[in-house]
Amino acid sequence: MIQELYAHAAPYVGYVYPNETDIPWSLLIVVYPYITGLVAGAFIVSSLYHVFGMPQFRPIARFALLTALCFLLFAPLSLLIHLGRPERALHAVLTPHWTSAMAAFGYVAGFYLVVLALEIWFAFRADIVAMARHAHGALRPLYRALALGSDDVSPRALAYDHKWARALAILGIPTAAGLHGYVGFIFGSLKSREWWSSDLMPIIFLLSAVVSGVALLAVLYVAVWRMRRTELKDDCLRGLAQVMWAFLAVTLVVEALEYVEMFYRAREGIDTIVGLIEGPLRPGLLIQGAGSIAAFAVLTVLLTAGTRSRNFAGWLTFSAASLLVAVLAMRWNVVIGGQELSKTLKGLLTYRPELLGREGMLTAALLLVGPLAVLWALARLLPPWEEARPA
Amino acid sequence: MDETGKGAKGRKERRDFLRILGGAVAFGGAALGLNTLVADAVAVADPGPPEPAIPGYDWTKHRWAFGVDADRCIGCLRCDVACKIENDVVRDANHFRTWVERYVYLEGEEKPRIDSQSDPQNIAASGPDGDYRFDDRYRDANVSKAFFVPKLCNQCEHPACVDVCPTGATFKAKDGVVLIDQSYCIGCQYCVQACPYGARFLDPRKGVADKCTWCYHRITKGLKPACVEVCPTHCRVFGDLNDVASEISRFVRDNRIEVLKPETGNGPHVYYIGIDKDVS
Repeated sequence: MIQELYAHAAPYVGYVYPNETDIPWSLLIVVYPYITGLVAGAFIVSSLYHVFGMPQFRPIARFALLTALCFLLFAPLSLLIHLGRPERALHAVLTPHWTSAMAAFGYVAGFYLVVLALEIWFAFRADIVAMARHAHGALRPLYRALALGSDDVSPRALAYDHKWARALAILGIPTAAGLHGYVGFIFGSLKSREWWSSDLMPIIFLLSAVVSGVALLAVLYVAVWRMRRTELKDDCLRGLAQVMWAFLAVTLVVEALEYVEMFYRAREGIDTIVGLIEGPLRPGLLIQGAGSIAAFAVLTVLLTAGTRSRNFAGWLTFSAASLLVAVLAMRWNVVIGGQELSKTLKGLLTYRPELLGREGMLTAALLLVGPLAVLWALARLLPPWEEARPA
Repeated sequence: MDETGKGAKGRKERRDFLRILGGAVAFGGAALGLNTLVADAVAVADPGPPEPAIPGYDWTKHRWAFGVDADRCIGCLRCDVACKIENDVVRDANHFRTWVERYVYLEGEEKPRIDSQSDPQNIAASGPDGDYRFDDRYRDANVSKAFFVPKLCNQCEHPACVDVCPTGATFKAKDGVVLIDQSYCIGCQYCVQACPYGARFLDPRKGVADKCTWCYHRITKGLKPACVEVCPTHCRVFGDLNDVASEISRFVRDNRIEVLKPETGNGPHVYYIGIDKDVS
């Protein structure tokens, strides 16, 4: 009976402000930075080939672009579903209030979407033109429409495509980094939340984003290529392991610095922060820590032993999958952890996501699986595979 | 407050549109080296917050402020009940525009035990009539010090909640009160996060942000906020700092006052006397 009087109330210990028991940012706001992080990371992998010309990433460069696009389409969706009044979402775009760190989101994300879509178009244009000529049935007009009236596949035109894809990829790197660093800023710039208020926040977000995006591609590369019964290239596997390892190493150091600084400064409320780490946030931190360290250890061994080691692809997949879980846990630890530490610094809340419901675990799972379903369809429409590439 | 927001909305949208237009022009103008000229044009185009259509009320003539004499508070919680009724705040146990905290120092304990009327034990003791009550859990304890602290929106000078609002639905009125245009709020809750005092919440019925407005619909008609009106011990003081003879002016002048969490830089306008170092 009394419980009915508490709407969405999170249990707590110590003293928290009454309104705090209704946790403002739910599981979907955990999913949102996770998804944009995957986008940024996947894009970086494609740029390693398109911008820096690293040949080992050629097999997955175009696949990475499609992956980034599919996840990017779902990033705003998680925000939209979270809004109290989703039908008014465009107010933030049409009448942005520029002092808000959130106001530019629509523009930054929109700009990135345009850059990414254009880069994909140039990267796939020759294929689209070829398919517009050879496809049958209903697909043919679709490809013709996608070709946007172009049908020139002369060497000069292809060189032009290449030049533009590269220019857009160059533009895309700071944009992808900006989009995700910006997400970190939305959290890090809030002085009201002790757990978020840190200058390192955008950097940690960005670094872990690259880790998670590369990890996603590693998992997809091994899984999809095996499903398609195509050969996994040793160079590509090793390249993914190297990039993942390097970014993970830096991420771990910066995150360690964050904790060391927090405890060394030991500002007001540090006892409660210890309580947060030992209490409500303990499972999340354990998953994040164990996943990262296990992946780091395995990747270190893999890089030392080289691709001749037994089952390189299998261990790489294991590390990548651990990192995907660890980074998701990290997003939880930031977003939820920040809200579990009361603004009074005298109490701790515990957020428990609902299973069903608008912002529940089912919705979150759909938002994470959705991009993969779209990717499956998109890869049929625009095959990114090496053997499909016109000579 | 709601009707105030609606009345102001049309002008607000136009203003924001003009601001964007101004911004776009400024951007183009700067590229052409015409920024000085355009800066003047933008200054003309941005008239500031839209004045609410309240008959006989000029919001440039007031500077509202709120005082709390915590020594006088007896924790009767009539303020909470009055606020919920007056402002149609959702009648549950964890969404409040104003609340009262109880600080109890037991003998031999260094830190206070703190609770509010939102505490489940207090709600259980409150009975079925929708009133709020503090229970008597300390009846047999050895209490060395105890006091109550009423809390409400601080209507800050530099409100972090207004800064972070992505649409401008929440804004600071010229008389100092921070208002929400609930017909324009998208319910992102960034403001709920940004308020260091926990004064904001999402109204679960409307999907938009809500908070104390010092009963803006009353004070603009010359009345006092509902909580001030019902307080039996005169613990809550409200008035206009522009009037040097007003009760709040005297309250600020005659006492050594404190504000909550001054380190945030928000510049709160609720002034306290009789609070303790553990109050935040």
